[in-house]
Amino acid sequence: MLSVNDKGENYIVSILVENKPGVLYRVSNLFRRRNFNIESISVGPTEKREFSRMTITLNGDDATVEQLVKQLAKIIDVVKISLLNPKNTILRELALIKLYAKDSRARSDILNYAQIFKGKIVDTTEDAMTVEVVGTPDKINAFIKIALSFGIKEMARTGLTALERGG
Amino acid sequence: MISIAKLSGAQALIESLKKEGVEVIFGLPGGAILPVYDVLYDSNIRHVLVKHEQSAAHMADGYARVSGRPGICMATSGPGATNLVTGIATAYMDSSPLIAVTGQVAKAMIGKDAFQEADIMGITTSITKYNFQPRTASEVPKVVRLAFQLASSGRPGPILIDLSRDVQTEVDEISFTENIGFSRLKHNIVPHPLQVEKAASMLLNAERPVILAGGGVIISNAWQQLLALAELLMVPVATTLMGKGCFPENHPLSLGVVGMHGTYEANKTILEADVLLAVGCRFSDRTTCNVSEFCPDAKIIHVDVDASEIGKNRKVDVPIVGDAGETLSKIYDMIVKSLCRKEKSLWLKRIEEIRSESENVYSSIQESNLSPIKILKELREILPYDAIVTTEVGQNQMWASLYFKVLKPRTFITSGGLGTMGFGFPASLGAKVAKPDTPVLDIAGDGSFMMTSNMLVTSVNENIPVMVVILNNSMLGMVAQWQRLFYGRRYSAVKLVNPDFVKIAEACGAMGVRIGSLEELKNAIGQALKSEVTTVIDVPISPEEDVFPMVPPGKGLKAMIYGALKTSSALAKRSERLKEMMD
Ligand SMILES: Cc1ncc(C[n+]2csc(CCOP(=O)(O)OP(=O)(O)O)c2C)c(N)n1
Repeated sequence: MLSVNDKGENYIVSILVENKPGVLYRVSNLFRRRNFNIESISVGPTEKREFSRMTITLNGDDATVEQLVKQLAKIIDVVKISLLNPKNTILRELALIKLYAKDSRARSDILNYAQIFKGKIVDTTEDAMTVEVVGTPDKINAFIKIALSFGIKEMARTGLTALERGG
Repeated sequence: MISIAKLSGAQALIESLKKEGVEVIFGLPGGAILPVYDVLYDSNIRHVLVKHEQSAAHMADGYARVSGRPGICMATSGPGATNLVTGIATAYMDSSPLIAVTGQVAKAMIGKDAFQEADIMGITTSITKYNFQPRTASEVPKVVRLAFQLASSGRPGPILIDLSRDVQTEVDEISFTENIGFSRLKHNIVPHPLQVEKAASMLLNAERPVILAGGGVIISNAWQQLLALAELLMVPVATTLMGKGCFPENHPLSLGVVGMHGTYEANKTILEADVLLAVGCRFSDRTTCNVSEFCPDAKIIHVDVDASEIGKNRKVDVPIVGDAGETLSKIYDMIVKSLCRKEKSLWLKRIEEIRSESENVYSSIQESNLSPIKILKELREILPYDAIVTTEVGQNQMWASLYFKVLKPRTFITSGGLGTMGFGFPASLGAKVAKPDTPVLDIAGDGSFMMTSNMLVTSVNENIPVMVVILNNSMLGMVAQWQRLFYGRRYSAVKLVNPDFVKIAEACGAMGVRIGSLEELKNAIGQALKSEVTTVIDVPISPEEDVFPMVPPGKGLKAMIYGALKTSSALAKRSERLKEMMD
């Protein structure tokens, strides 16, 4: 029932929670308490003011995810839990990556790569350029691989957010 | 129905507690909870003043376990609240409906490290089912209603309500509604019919079925359903420590408690099962021992109201999320419908065989003159069948589990999950408050009793007479047993030099007596049963007596030992030799 994901890939759990103080603490405290190792968590408002959505990705096996879902279900602030099938889900992440760009060659290369990845240059200084990339985690990982050849000065990723396709 | 009144937050709290039928609060006041204590002064709710907040929590817990209703404890902010923590964690591990009310510094002071501020919300998040910190007086009735609903529904557990001082004093129009109802109080109590059908047919076709009943059977008051099903199919019943008493232990189908200090019959039988019906238990490591060697050949049906318990510790074949009583009676109905009673006699014969082997095993266990085994068996003889027994933690607890037969649910109260020394005595006092007409006795170790023995004063001042039997080995006995068996007798920090327990009892206004024989024990209990004050019975026992049987840590149930060197194969050889000699 739960094995929507191939082994080795991340599971994506989307939970709708009450938008009130302490809920993020209760959820993250549960991960620590039950020894779940999560890859990322992102939180934000939803179409309804009283709810927020948390998108959690974690690496594990079916049994671990099943436990996670059952434990989350016990937190009374958790309204709904869905385990997302990546094949049927829109996945997005945003990354801001500050790259070393010492000479004009590097600058034009970075510009080219950013275009290929539909990224944007959002800041430039004498020796660095900051690129914004949006997409699936795979796409972002691919860009990071390239970025490494220039040298990454700083980076921030939002963590995955996701929504199921269709009505 | 809605009623509205102009009240302070503190008044709203006490009013709400009254509406929930609360008759007694266990606690100790302090600055941040003063407004509530001021309202309590005029109220007809009884307040039992404790000597340490930990005991308030244990008392409320004992009260809850015996009565099935939430027990209430109260403390001030900071140290008062943190002193409750062990008691809250104890209740959490054993799924007991405890409600803790703590004072808190004023809202504006929270986060400023104000005097006696402790982040009790953060501290108790993982040891409560839920905790609340209402921000206004008008929220209080709703919070109390939810606390009671949550504490006692589904899988029960502790709830904490943290009340800022200014919330207690704030006066507002307070409305009390009866039906707040939590839309998401989620617990599936009705089992899925398909799963019930699977379970029923699995049990019907089993050759060697065993039922493992846990604390959930007691919590859901499902003992009649359990008895009916066991008798219908003639299935032997083992329990966990928390389930002890949910099946009468003098019943021919009773095997006693399974686990690290399980009975021979239970540990042996469960290993041979082909179908195990586990109800209201969580396959804890003290029950299964090495879980990979637990019931290796059995198909497992697991019934629990908490879905997250299913598959957490042990893979199961038929998961059933449901209330224990509801599910057992559904399985019963299903079986009755399709019953063509199978011949079970082979399995029952095998169990007879195991029982007779067990006699060999028990008689091989070395006992001193006034051994705990004899004491516990004697206590069963003397005490009425419905007497409530609590235990401390350690050897005393395991001896009680092994050798004191419990005949009625909710009459055996012990800290199973957390194993909290010092629990038994305050829990016995809480039990006595819940059932003033029933004799209550704490089976204690000297080490554990020292942790909460200051509650003797409370027991006397508040007229709560119980009995304490101290199995006094002048040792932290269970730790000493491990050091004896697994650390080459290197006794590190386990020898106790105790005060005179008789004098301590007397100094607190209680009765104290030291006994040296079973006859004297009988007399002392006879007196104690009539006494108007608590009686402490000090029983000096051998400092080096082991509790057996035992499964060494990390091993599977089949590695059970009966003496420092006795294993079942050694015993089997011995009985073979004996047989040969007899032939
Ligand atoms: C609060 C607490 N501290 C430490 C322990 C570890 N522990 C388990 S059993 C035990 C010895 C208990 O000694 P005593 O109460 O004298 O009982 P006995 O084992 O001798 O019957 C200890 C220290 C515990 N369970 N609880």
